[in-house]
Amino acid sequence: MTASPLPAPEAVVTAGASLFADAIEQQAVAVERVQWQPPAGDPAALAAVMGDRRRRDANARALHAMLEAQSHLVDVLPASEALGLQPGEFLHAGPPVDWERASGPMRGALMGAMLFEGLADTPEGAERRLERGEGVSWQPCHSRGAVGPMAGVVSPSMWVFCLRDQAHERTSWCSLNEGLGKVLRYGAYGPEVVERLHWMTDVLGPMLQQAVRSRDDDPVDVKAIVAQMIQMGDEGHNRNRAGTLMFLREVLPAMIDSGRPTSDVAQAVRFVSGNDHFFLNLVMPTCKLQASAASGIEGSTLVTVMARNGTDFGIQTAGTGESWFTAPAGTPEGLFLGGYGPEDANPDIGDSAITETAGTGGFALAAAPAIVRFVGGEVPDAVAATQRMYEITLAEHPALQIPLLSFRGTPVGVDVTRVVRTGILPVIDTGIAGREAGTGQVGAGLVEPPAEVFTAALHALAEIA
Amino acid sequence: MIGPMRRVQIRRGAYVDSVALMQVSKQVGALEGVTAALVAMATDLNVELATQMGFQVSETGANHMLIAVEADTDEAHEAALAEVDAALNESSLPSSPGSDLEPAPALLGAAARRLPRDQTAVALVSTPGDHAFVDAIDALDAGLHTMLFSDNVSIEQEVSLKEYADPSGLLVMGPDCGTAVIGGVGLGFANVVRPGPVGIVAASGTGAQQLMCLLDACGVGISHCLGVGGRDLSEPVAGRSTRRALELLAQDEATELIVVVSKPPAPGVARAIRGHAASVADSHGVPVMFALLGPGEPDLTASARQVVEATGATWAEPRHWQSRRAPSAARRAGGSLRGLFTGGTLRDEARLIATERLGPIGTDLADTAHTMVDLGDDEFTRGRPHPMVDASSRTDLLLAQIDEPRTSVLLLDVVLGLAADPDPAASLVGPVGTATEQGVPVVVSLVGSRDDPQGLERQAAALADAGARVHLSNAEATRKAVDLVEGAS
Repeated sequence: MTASPLPAPEAVVTAGASLFADAIEQQAVAVERVQWQPPAGDPAALAAVMGDRRRRDANARALHAMLEAQSHLVDVLPASEALGLQPGEFLHAGPPVDWERASGPMRGALMGAMLFEGLADTPEGAERRLERGEGVSWQPCHSRGAVGPMAGVVSPSMWVFCLRDQAHERTSWCSLNEGLGKVLRYGAYGPEVVERLHWMTDVLGPMLQQAVRSRDDDPVDVKAIVAQMIQMGDEGHNRNRAGTLMFLREVLPAMIDSGRPTSDVAQAVRFVSGNDHFFLNLVMPTCKLQASAASGIEGSTLVTVMARNGTDFGIQTAGTGESWFTAPAGTPEGLFLGGYGPEDANPDIGDSAITETAGTGGFALAAAPAIVRFVGGEVPDAVAATQRMYEITLAEHPALQIPLLSFRGTPVGVDVTRVVRTGILPVIDTGIAGREAGTGQVGAGLVEPPAEVFTAALHALAEIA
Repeated sequence: MIGPMRRVQIRRGAYVDSVALMQVSKQVGALEGVTAALVAMATDLNVELATQMGFQVSETGANHMLIAVEADTDEAHEAALAEVDAALNESSLPSSPGSDLEPAPALLGAAARRLPRDQTAVALVSTPGDHAFVDAIDALDAGLHTMLFSDNVSIEQEVSLKEYADPSGLLVMGPDCGTAVIGGVGLGFANVVRPGPVGIVAASGTGAQQLMCLLDACGVGISHCLGVGGRDLSEPVAGRSTRRALELLAQDEATELIVVVSKPPAPGVARAIRGHAASVADSHGVPVMFALLGPGEPDLTASARQVVEATGATWAEPRHWQSRRAPSAARRAGGSLRGLFTGGTLRDEARLIATERLGPIGTDLADTAHTMVDLGDDEFTRGRPHPMVDASSRTDLLLAQIDEPRTSVLLLDVVLGLAADPDPAASLVGPVGTATEQGVPVVVSLVGSRDDPQGLERQAAALADAGARVHLSNAEATRKAVDLVEGAS
């Protein structure tokens, strides 16, 4: 005996005239009302994408791949070895950008990388060579399967984490985090910045490599740490404190056993534990592995990249491969350090929005009450921000659970059609870089992508629907 | 003139997180007389920041709080410190998060996901026609049978939507579907009728309402009434939803007899559907009857009679109420019958019937000859409520018809039920009284059931008191109106 094909509805979901919803409620039937608003973009394009019969299955497969992806820390290497970067080649955050359109922090970071690599003796000399493109070139981290926070500049001598997703046989890479304040990724290039990078290359990188390689048979499961940190007050973008300490716990014994000078070990431990964002550079490639697993699935409307270069905000979708859909990046709102203010802020920058792409960061804001004041508000605002994201995502992350929401999974898998239909934009946690090259960090806060990138992606999806 | 004074205070072991402190800095910096402020933990980085701002800091420590204020006066400094304390106090106040903060769902799919897993549900979409397709797809993706009230959905989209739904076995009721009843729950404009053995498939909203009300009056109830949209039996749509609805009803335990009611269908499609219905009837043992309007076909009342008798119940002629007000003027010999309908199918049926005796009936109010219009059409509902929802919206048009000297008889429908005007008679008694006084008889086709919220008896009595002749059968009302026109000329 099968269930009736037409059971009496216990509930009716309504979109549109409230008159009908009222009439149903009068019959003592539950009504779930939709707060409807007209969608953005061309209605015909939206209809074409929504009516594409590949869409549901493609999205289900993309989502499954995203959630199945693993992330183990398998090595730490110089970028020249890990990514084959040649002298004069750099990677950077966000969609492609030329020197002319590059923002202050992006220019500053490239200049710092030139100085660090010994390709220039002075900032002015570095700037000249970059401007003329003399023996130098740069391309997005994402084009190589890597990610970089803020300016995201990676040069051949910088060491990178190598993370592996065995399920899909993919690798992703990310630089080692330098700390806060005057640092390369925020566009600073002073002597202390370059000096720190040298220490990271000479001491920290090799020591981490030795520690990571010593656990060859039991590599650090970064995805598992991300799941734990979400339950410990981190959201994995602007707060990585618990994650950093859990990571240190994993590698500390091997660092001590490394046989390196105690002073080096102590300095490395002090550096890592004193930098609450050290683990961000492991969360990001973990998220990148998840997003990459979903890429290249025809008919899927899932967002696989959200990234900014300080000038433009760009996204990619599973159904449109590596095409970028870009629009001018917004400027974050938030709180500022010291004497800095909104006028000092550069437009949004960094690949770190890969965290939101994979269901952490701003999407997990409800898990990180300690940073909710960046929202300019209280704990309920953070909860509301996360809850809003359920409207534009395809699923709830089975591994990333938010205690405050009764262990509901974080919203994961941004669907282009849902963003366009609801007008709800992804909420992104972010650091704020100084507008002028060389300034460094000036604050932290929240930002939204420009809505145009989603309508542009929708129209491209419609063309191939 | 004293320049700004910089003062630094270190509070040891007073840890507060940096975000809270950035906010405190902001609040303190905004005070009058304060030109710069930094409230932060005294980390190396923050001490350096303070130094850059011109402060001299003697001590660092990640667990010490640094309060650096630049202000013009002692008073401003004191106010700044007081503000630091107040702001810190405020930042530690408990505020309660709650799950009740969940915002209203913005999409049907999201709304459907909020329902308890084992709850049975359907979707009702009435968003603007340009966008309704997308919302309907969303509802189908959520696995819900979907009623699409919206009109102005293109026929290509209608076909595409019905094809999209096909593999999932879900029913698309619409577009432009006004009426459905599923397991006793009325969706859109629906009458409150008793449960029973008759399953209705309706490519016509008010046609279905007429049928279910006439059945109910004879004690025959319905299992479900599945709307399919007025174009379902057209060539392009080819009865896609009608087929699905037939199958659903044939498998439904409560349904013993199926009736397909439709506006005039495309002949080829009607033939194909009759064939499909025959095979459904054979394989499931559920007979299928047809009430397809058209020249030479039975009217809805005649069809209702067939259905009632097929269930074994006794047919009783639909009730009517005589006018309870004598005309104060002589009958006007204007010559034309003017029908102002709120239901498209009711208008179509009346036109078919009246044409047999009066010849061609126009569909334009500008015509001064016989005419019957559907006031639910877009051209009348732009910028004003549907007359079924707000009966007063046709008052002006009624009065204009009465003023037209060639108007001889007025024929109106009044549709009761869920979502309809709570008291349509209240808006109509005025114009009906005026017409009666001026020698223009008014005939009302009252579509309603005894359990409708407006009160069938009360509505009929009010209209009859104002002078109208009231019929529960639209066909009878039309014949009465034609009689009156012929009698006057």
